[in-house]
Amino acid sequence: MILLSRVADCLYWLSRYIERAENVARMVDVNLQLLLDLERLDDNRITAHWEPLIRSTGDDPLFYKLYRQADSENVTDFLTFNTENPSSILSCIVTARENARMVRDKISTEIWEEINRLYHYIRSQNAKKLWASDPYDFYREIKQSSLLLQGLGDSTVVRDEGWEFLQAGRYLERAIQTNILVDIKYHILLPSSRDVGGAIDALQWMAVLRSCSGFEAYHHIYGADVQPWNVAEFLILSENFPRSILFCLRSLDARIRAISGVREGHFSNRAGKLAGRLLYELNYSSVEDIFETGLHEYLQELQLRTHDIARELYEAYMFFPVVDLAREIEEQAL
Amino acid sequence: MLFQDYRTDGFFDEMFAEGDRVRPHYRRLYERFRKLAPDDFEQKRQAVDLSLWRQGVTFTVYGDAQGTERIFPFDLVPRIIPSTEWHFLERGLTQRIRALNCFLHDIYHDQKIVRDGTVPEAYVRSARHFRPEFAGIEVPRNIYIHVCGTDLIRDDQGQYLVLEDNGRTPSGVSYVLENRIAMKRAFPNLFSNAGVRPVATYPKELLKTLRYVAPGGKEHPVCAVLTPGVYNSAYFEHCFLAQQMGIEVVEGRDLCIRDRKVFMKTTQGLRQVDVLYRRIDDDFLDPTVFRKDSLLGVPGLVGAVQAGNVTLANCIGTGVADDKAMYYFVPRMIKYYLDEDPLIPNVPTYLASEKKDLRYIMDHLPELVVKSVNESGGYGMLVGPKSSRREIEEFRDLIRANPRNFIAQPTISLSRHPTYCDGTFEGRHIDFRPYILCGEEVSIIPGGLTRVALRKGSLVVNSSQGGGSKDTWVLYGDE
Repeated sequence: MILLSRVADCLYWLSRYIERAENVARMVDVNLQLLLDLERLDDNRITAHWEPLIRSTGDDPLFYKLYRQADSENVTDFLTFNTENPSSILSCIVTARENARMVRDKISTEIWEEINRLYHYIRSQNAKKLWASDPYDFYREIKQSSLLLQGLGDSTVVRDEGWEFLQAGRYLERAIQTNILVDIKYHILLPSSRDVGGAIDALQWMAVLRSCSGFEAYHHIYGADVQPWNVAEFLILSENFPRSILFCLRSLDARIRAISGVREGHFSNRAGKLAGRLLYELNYSSVEDIFETGLHEYLQELQLRTHDIARELYEAYMFFPVVDLAREIEEQAL
Repeated sequence: MLFQDYRTDGFFDEMFAEGDRVRPHYRRLYERFRKLAPDDFEQKRQAVDLSLWRQGVTFTVYGDAQGTERIFPFDLVPRIIPSTEWHFLERGLTQRIRALNCFLHDIYHDQKIVRDGTVPEAYVRSARHFRPEFAGIEVPRNIYIHVCGTDLIRDDQGQYLVLEDNGRTPSGVSYVLENRIAMKRAFPNLFSNAGVRPVATYPKELLKTLRYVAPGGKEHPVCAVLTPGVYNSAYFEHCFLAQQMGIEVVEGRDLCIRDRKVFMKTTQGLRQVDVLYRRIDDDFLDPTVFRKDSLLGVPGLVGAVQAGNVTLANCIGTGVADDKAMYYFVPRMIKYYLDEDPLIPNVPTYLASEKKDLRYIMDHLPELVVKSVNESGGYGMLVGPKSSRREIEEFRDLIRANPRNFIAQPTISLSRHPTYCDGTFEGRHIDFRPYILCGEEVSIIPGGLTRVALRKGSLVVNSSQGGGSKDTWVLYGDE
């Protein structure tokens, strides 16, 4: 079976955008709930609570162009419905559907209909109403739709090259998003240095765990005590947790090798080389290395290298130089 | 009771003959629908609309920045064609497409029909879609129109007439297939003993046709559907057909030409394409030959066609045969090339560029339908009896300024069909577009697109102008 580069690109972005929508929903949802646990809420505290969300993705300049204050309503609106924010949930779903529409013939009816349903839902008044009255339910719907799409993919999509691009997109985006979720913790300032390792600190780390659906799994492995280095180890280096960065990068590496047809430990293009190399480094890393480098610095470096893989993957398979129409016309007219 | 107040109002009604007698081929459906409560019907209708909406069987409203999408309204009362009638239509349509393909081969080669004076040369030369640069080019199996969507209507006597031949890139066939699926979902029990012939084989037949015309009779040709892209209103159909045929949907940017051959850009490099079922008009196919500003096409594509390295379906330049003025000559073509009498007549047509006809048109404008030969989709048209005096006078000036651009036809009182309107059945005007494939043999799926003018009294069935569609049943028997 052949796969058009444009189609590979669409499949890849389709899953990236769905995964992104899901993670933004997770992030906003957890922060809304976290807000309930905080005391003494004045405007400054609220801003300090929300700002990290937009700062961790580097979206703060755009945000302040569109809103005056980083309060609950503005930030959640920015991340959920604002169409000027290309990573808002609405924008992600619109883009995912555009991509799905271009490759309708390559995905199952079930997947297409679910994306289409989600698209019409989030644009409807009902969605806005639910969001205003019961945000928890609203964000759960977004998450569930994404999970449903993964399940539908699992059980209805042929395991051909197109599938590999769907999966590559999913795990790549998830690695990026888990990174952002952990890094948010770095941006959240504690009220004072006395609070490090204290109740609020633990609460925030628990929120991070919950936003990755890792709350139960963490306790299962590490017991009741929520320790920052344990959470970091779990979300970055866990071998088995399907949202950890290591897990995602290992899946990504496997997908890239499946696409290029090489064995583990080998590569045939730069994407495969970078992915394999990063994976091996993570395999031989421990949480001590992370804290030696500094959590934030470590995550940033990791993020940059993940983006490098994305760029090389695009170069290798999805990119064809834009046709210089004038030149092409001239050449073909000869 | 949905039929309670139904009146035929003196029109030819597909379901009811004189004296409100149900025609034999509608009897079973009538018995079933007669017993339906209006509420049940309404419920089914809403369920079908919702399901079409969910499936995204929608078209984008042009010129709407919000990207508003609509479903093509679907009426749940099916149109039924009995077997004998269908066989007659099949023969008539087969005859017609054979003649059109002979004409196209002739017109791009020796132009015998012109030299013999059967078709005046001026009409050929002035046809907008005539491509003189294509003269002398050989096309596989001498087939130019592979897919034809001929529009048929019935007059007040029930006589079938050809309204126009769509020999360029006719669309709508996906609705034929989707409507049938929707209908089966809404009335699962209706089909078990209704004797309806299936339509689902269309994609298979289409693929067979495409393979048959591969360059040099290549045995395992690579076929693809060439689409203008996701913003085209028929994009859904392009994907639908490609998926059912198991071939790729490609856009111009997915293709490139090397050594006068067409290649797709894939993840594993370039891959040659042999046959393109193209759904892009001639004008946009190749900016080196046609419109220079077209970003939809592929530079060099025409060169690849001329070199015989790729087949386009339909071929370039078929528009000369479905020109509305050329339509006038199709019955002559049938006689000329096949030595047969046309089975399905044309609507009587007057050519404004003929002196005698022009006088008649000018004298009878308020009774006539005037059409611009280059427009389709119900645009550029005057329906005399439904127009104001000012609109008529405006058209009079247009015709006088450019007679070659206009034809006129008497207003045909289109047949009507019971159609669900606001809780009851009312008569609405319909037409019919069967889909004709011309490959090794001519094959026509038993069915087609019945379009219905949903606005009361309206004769315009186009989706852009308030039209909807119906499932079309061709029966195994006559009742």
